[in-house]
Amino acid sequence: MSSILIIVFLPLLASAIAGLGNKALGNVPAKVITTGALFISCALSWPIFLSYLAGTAEPSVVPVLMWVQSGDFAFDWALRVDTMTAIMLVVITSVSALVHLYSWGYMDDEPDQPRFFAYLCLFTFAMLMLVTADNLVQMFFGWEGVGLASYLLIGFWFRKPSAGAAAIKAFVVNRVGDLGFMLGIFGTFLVFGTVSIPEILAAAPGMSGATLHFLGMEFHTMTILTLLLFIGAMGKSAQLGLHTWLPDAMEGPTPVSALIHAATMVTAGVFMVCRLSPMFQAAPDTMTFVTLIGGLTCLFAATIGTTQWDIKRVIAYSTCSQLGYMFFAAGVGAYGVAMFHLFTHAFFKALLFLGAGSVIHSMHHEQDMRYYGALRKQIPVTFWAMMAGTLAITGVGVYWLHAGFAGYHSKDAILEAAFASGTEMGRTAFWLGAIAALLTSFYSWRLMFLTFWGKPRWSQSEHIQHAVHHGHDEPEEANPARQEDSGHDVSHHVPSPEEDDGTAGYHPHESGWVMLVPLILLSVGAVFAGFVFSPYFVESESFWQGSIVYNEHLMHEMHGIPTWVKLSASIAMLIGLAVAWFAYIKDTSIPGKFVNQFRQVHAFLYNKWYFDELYNLIFVRPAFWLGKVFWKQGDVGLIDRFGPNGAAWVVERGAVVAKKIQSGYLYSYALIMLLGLIAAISWVMVR
Amino acid sequence: MEGFPILSLMLLVPLVGAVACLFAEARAARMIALIATLIDLALGIVLWLNFDVGGAQWQFVERAELFAGFSWALGIDGIALLLILLSVFLMPICIGASWKSITKRVGEYMAAFLLMEVLMIGVFAAQDLFLFYIFFESSLIPMYLIIGIWGGDNRIYASYKFFLYTLLGSVLMLIAMLWMVNVAGTTDIPTLMAYDFPVKAQTLLWLAFFASFAVKMPMWPVHTWLPDAHVQAPTAGSVILAGVLLKMGGYGFIRFSLPMLPEASSYFADFVWALSMIAVVVTSLIALVQSDMKKLIAYSSVAHMAIVTVGLFSFNVQGLEGSVMLMLAHGLVSGALFLCVGVIYDRLHTREIARYGGLAVNMPKYAVLFLFFTMASIGLPGTANFVGEFLSLAGIYQVSTWAALICGTGIILGAAYMLYLYRRVAFGEQKNADAAALPDLDAREWVMLGALAAATLWMGVYPESFMAPMRNDIATLEARLAQAAPESDSHFEMGEPVPMADHADAAHEAAEGGAH
Repeated sequence: MSSILIIVFLPLLASAIAGLGNKALGNVPAKVITTGALFISCALSWPIFLSYLAGTAEPSVVPVLMWVQSGDFAFDWALRVDTMTAIMLVVITSVSALVHLYSWGYMDDEPDQPRFFAYLCLFTFAMLMLVTADNLVQMFFGWEGVGLASYLLIGFWFRKPSAGAAAIKAFVVNRVGDLGFMLGIFGTFLVFGTVSIPEILAAAPGMSGATLHFLGMEFHTMTILTLLLFIGAMGKSAQLGLHTWLPDAMEGPTPVSALIHAATMVTAGVFMVCRLSPMFQAAPDTMTFVTLIGGLTCLFAATIGTTQWDIKRVIAYSTCSQLGYMFFAAGVGAYGVAMFHLFTHAFFKALLFLGAGSVIHSMHHEQDMRYYGALRKQIPVTFWAMMAGTLAITGVGVYWLHAGFAGYHSKDAILEAAFASGTEMGRTAFWLGAIAALLTSFYSWRLMFLTFWGKPRWSQSEHIQHAVHHGHDEPEEANPARQEDSGHDVSHHVPSPEEDDGTAGYHPHESGWVMLVPLILLSVGAVFAGFVFSPYFVESESFWQGSIVYNEHLMHEMHGIPTWVKLSASIAMLIGLAVAWFAYIKDTSIPGKFVNQFRQVHAFLYNKWYFDELYNLIFVRPAFWLGKVFWKQGDVGLIDRFGPNGAAWVVERGAVVAKKIQSGYLYSYALIMLLGLIAAISWVMVR
Repeated sequence: MEGFPILSLMLLVPLVGAVACLFAEARAARMIALIATLIDLALGIVLWLNFDVGGAQWQFVERAELFAGFSWALGIDGIALLLILLSVFLMPICIGASWKSITKRVGEYMAAFLLMEVLMIGVFAAQDLFLFYIFFESSLIPMYLIIGIWGGDNRIYASYKFFLYTLLGSVLMLIAMLWMVNVAGTTDIPTLMAYDFPVKAQTLLWLAFFASFAVKMPMWPVHTWLPDAHVQAPTAGSVILAGVLLKMGGYGFIRFSLPMLPEASSYFADFVWALSMIAVVVTSLIALVQSDMKKLIAYSSVAHMAIVTVGLFSFNVQGLEGSVMLMLAHGLVSGALFLCVGVIYDRLHTREIARYGGLAVNMPKYAVLFLFFTMASIGLPGTANFVGEFLSLAGIYQVSTWAALICGTGIILGAAYMLYLYRRVAFGEQKNADAAALPDLDAREWVMLGALAAATLWMGVYPESFMAPMRNDIATLEARLAQAAPESDSHFEMGEPVPMADHADAAHEAAEGGAH
C-alpha cells in the first residue's frame, strides 16, 4: 500500500470518526485521533519531500476509484505525486499537524471540540485531494472541499451572527471564482478532449496559434482558458476584486486562520497556476493579467494593512498582499519562485497567526492592538516567535552573505524575477512589489511595536475587564457570542495612558506548552526555510522534474540585474522599519497627527477602499430587490394574474353570464329563439 | 428472470396494498403501506441486479394485446430503470414521513400514495403510447387528492391550480399522440422513437408535447403552480412531487420530444435554452427573498430543473447523462430537503423561516443532515448533484457558452439562497424559545434522512453504478440526435502554432516539461 494513500485518507477517516462520534466520543479521544492522524500523515510526507530534494524520486500516480465516465469526458479518483505535490504535502501536513496540536491549548475551554477537530481534519483531507489531483475535476473537488471546510470553520462559533455572515460570504464569493474555474474546465475539455492534467500540459504548447470563441467573442484559445481558470484562482486566493471574504474569514478561531487562511487553502490559487504553468506559459496575455492582478493586490492589501487595529485583520491583509507577490512571480514566468514564496510564507504566516493567537489567548480574546502594549516581558516565548515571523515576512537578510530569514530569500527572488523579466508589466510589478515591501515592513513592525513595546494599555478593554471581574480561569458559557469579536473597535474609546498603569490589575500569562511548541517549530521554519531550500526551489531545474515550467533564461537573467534592484527589498524594509519605529516608539503622537492631516486617505484605507460597501450596493441589494420584483410583480402580478387566476376569473364571469341567461322563464327563451330566427333568416336573405 | 412479469408485479403489489388500505384502520393501513412499498423496493433492487448492462435496449418486456391495437406493453431501458429505482426508493421514506403527521383518513391517504406509486412506475415502464398517457395523466389524481385533502390551509386553491395547469398541457399532448399514431400506424413507443416524422409536422407536435412536459418540469413561466402546490402539500406529498413527479417532464423530453422529433427539438433548442436561462436567474433570485421554507425549496427546484432542460437540449452525451443524473440527484436531495422542513414543521407547525434559529444547538443531528443536503443541493463535488450539474453544464458549454455562463450563475445564487436559509434556521442565537426546545431527530427520522444521505453520497463518489445502465441508451439517443445537433458557438480552430517572440524559449520549456 502506497504511503500517499495513508497520507490522504487517514485524515478523512479521523475526521469521520471524530465528527460522527462527536460528544459520544469525548474531547480527548477525538483530539488524539485527529492529531495523531495528522502527525502520521506528516511523518509520511517528509520522506517523500526529501526524496525529491535528493533527486531520487519519480513522479507517480496511484489510482483509487473510477469516478465519472460520460462519453469522452472521463475522470477518476487518483493521487498524483510529483515535486509540486511533494512540496504541498509537507506544507499542508506539517502546518496542519502543528495547528492541531496548538488547538489543544487554544480551544481548551471550548465545549464543542470534537466538531472543531473533525472540521480541521476534513479540511486537510480536501486540501490533500486538491494537491494530489491528476485531473482538473478532482482538483475542483478539493477546491470546493476546502471551501466547505472553510465555511464550516469560519462559522464554527455559529451563534455569533457575524460568524454566520462571514461564512456565507466566504463561500459565495469563492463560488464566483469557482464558476470561472468550472467554465475553464469545460473549455479545456472542449479543446483538449480530456481533463487529465499531464495530457493537457503536454498538448498546451501546441495550442499557441489556436482560437476559441467565448460568448461570441474570439480569443486565443489558451488566453481565454487560462483567464477562466485564473478567475477561480483569484477567488480562492483572495485577489483584488474577489478578496473581500478573506478579512471577514477572521471570524473563525485563530488556528483556523493560520491553517486555512494563511498557510494552505488561500495558496491553492497559486498552486493551480503553477501546476498548470505550461498552459499559462502559452498565454502571454493572461500572464500579463496575472502579473497585474498580483502586483495590484500586493500593494492594495498592504495599504489597508497599515491602518487596521485588529491584530488578525492586519495579518489577514498581509496574507492577501503576500499572495499578490506569488501571483506576479508566476505572472512573469518564475513559477519556481512563486512556489518558493508559497513554501516559506506557509511557515512564517502560520507562525504569525499562531503567535497572534497566543497573544489573543493571553489577553482574553482581546484582538484590538490599541489595548495591547508592553507584552514583550509578559509573554516572552510568544514575543520571540512573533519576532522570528516578523523578521521573516519583512525579509531581513544580509545581501553580501546571501543569508537571511525565510522571506528574504523568497521575496527578493520575486522582485528580482519581476525586474529581470524585462517586460513592461514585470517592471510595473517590481515597483508595486517594492512599495508593498516597504508597507509590509511598516505594518509588521507597527504590529510588533503596538503589541510588545510601549506601555500596557489594556485596562479599558472589555474583554480584560470581563476577565478581571469574573475570575481568570472561570469557564464561560458554551459556544458564546463573545469570542474574538472583531467589530467592536469603533464603539469604545481609546484609553489614555494617564488613567492608571494601564493593566487594571490584569497580568497576561504565557500560553501553555502545547501552544508554544508549534510556535517554536514554525519559528525554525521561518528562520531557515529560505536559506536551506533556496538552492532547490530557485536554482535547480532538476528538482522540479518538469512539474512546472522552469524558465532557465529568466533564472539566469536574475543574476545579471543591477545591485540596487537586489538591495531594493532590504532598503524598503529598513525604511518601513524606521517609519514604524518613529511613529510607534519614538513619538506616538505621529499616527494621530497623520490621521488628522489626511483624514480622507485614512478613512479610505481604514474602510478597505469601500469594497464591501460597493459590492453591497451593486450586487447584494439589487439581488434582493430583483428577487422581490420577480416574485411579486413577475410571478404573482403577471403570470398568476393573467395565467391561472385570470383564466379562473374568465370562467367565473362566464358562468355568471351563463347563469343569467338561463333564467328559466319561458318568455325569455322564446324571445331569444325569435331573435335567433330573425337573425338566421336575415342572414340567408342578405347573402 | 426470463419471462417473469416483474414489472406487472411491481404495479400489482402497491395496487393490492392500496385496496387493502381503503378498508383498514389507521395502524394497519400504515403497516400495509410500509410493507407494500418495501416489497416494491426489494423488487426494484431485483430489477436492478438483473438488468443486463450493455444488453438489449429494452428489457423485462411484457406485451399483451388488449383491444383496438391498444396493448398492455411494459419494458424498460436504463433511463426508465433509474427513475423506477428512484420512485421505489422514495416511497417507503414517504410512508415513514407520514407515519405520525397524518392522523385523519389514514387509510385513504395511504391508498392514495400506493396508487401514486403504481402510476409512477407505470409511467416509466409503459411501452405503449396510450398506456403511457393514461398513467401520465392519472398520476394527477392521487396528488390532487393528497394536496386537496391532507394539505394546508389554502389547499383547495393549490390543488386546483396544480390540476388545471398540468391538465392544460396534456390535452394538447393527447391530440399530438393521436396524430402520431395515425401517421406511424403503431402505438409502440420503441418503434415511434425510431420513426422519422415529417420535419414540417414536427414543429406542431413538438409544441404540443412541450406544453405538457414544460408544465410538469416545470419551466419558467409555467412554474407558478409548483410553489403553491409544495407549500400546501403534506411533507410526503412534497417529497413525491419534487422527487418523482417533476421528473416525468424530463422523462417526457428524453423519451418523446428528443428521439421522436429531433429536428424540431433542434429548431427549438434556442428557445428552451432561453427559458432555462431566465428560469435559473429569476427563480434563484426569487428563492433568495422567500420567508417560507417550502417555497424557497420549491423555487430552487425550478432553477435546478432548468439546468436539466439545458442539459437535455445540448444534444450531446455529457448533457444528456448529466440531466438524467441531475434528475435522480434532485429527486433524492430536494426530497430530503422537504423532509428536513417536514421534521421541524411537525414539531413547530410553521414553515416561517424567522420562527426558527439556532437549531444547531438543540438539534445537532438534524443540523448535520440538513447541512449535508444543503451542500448537496448547491452541488458540492462528492454529492450526486455535482455529477449531474457538472455534466449538464459541460454539455451545454459545448454548444452555447452563453447558456453555460448564465446557467452557471445558478451555482453562485444557489449557494447564496441555500446557505442563507441554513444560516437563518440552524445558525445564530436561539431567539425563539419554542424553537430552542425542539427535540432532535428520532430514530425514524434519522433512518429516513440517513438513507437519502447515503444514496446521495454514493451517487456522488461512485456514480458509475447509475451511469452504466443508461450509457447505451444515451449513446443511441445521441446517435439519433447527431444529425440535428446544433453547432457549437466555440468555433475552436487549431491554427498554426506561432512561436511567440518573448516567450519562445518558455514555450520550448513547456514542451519539455509536459513530456516528462
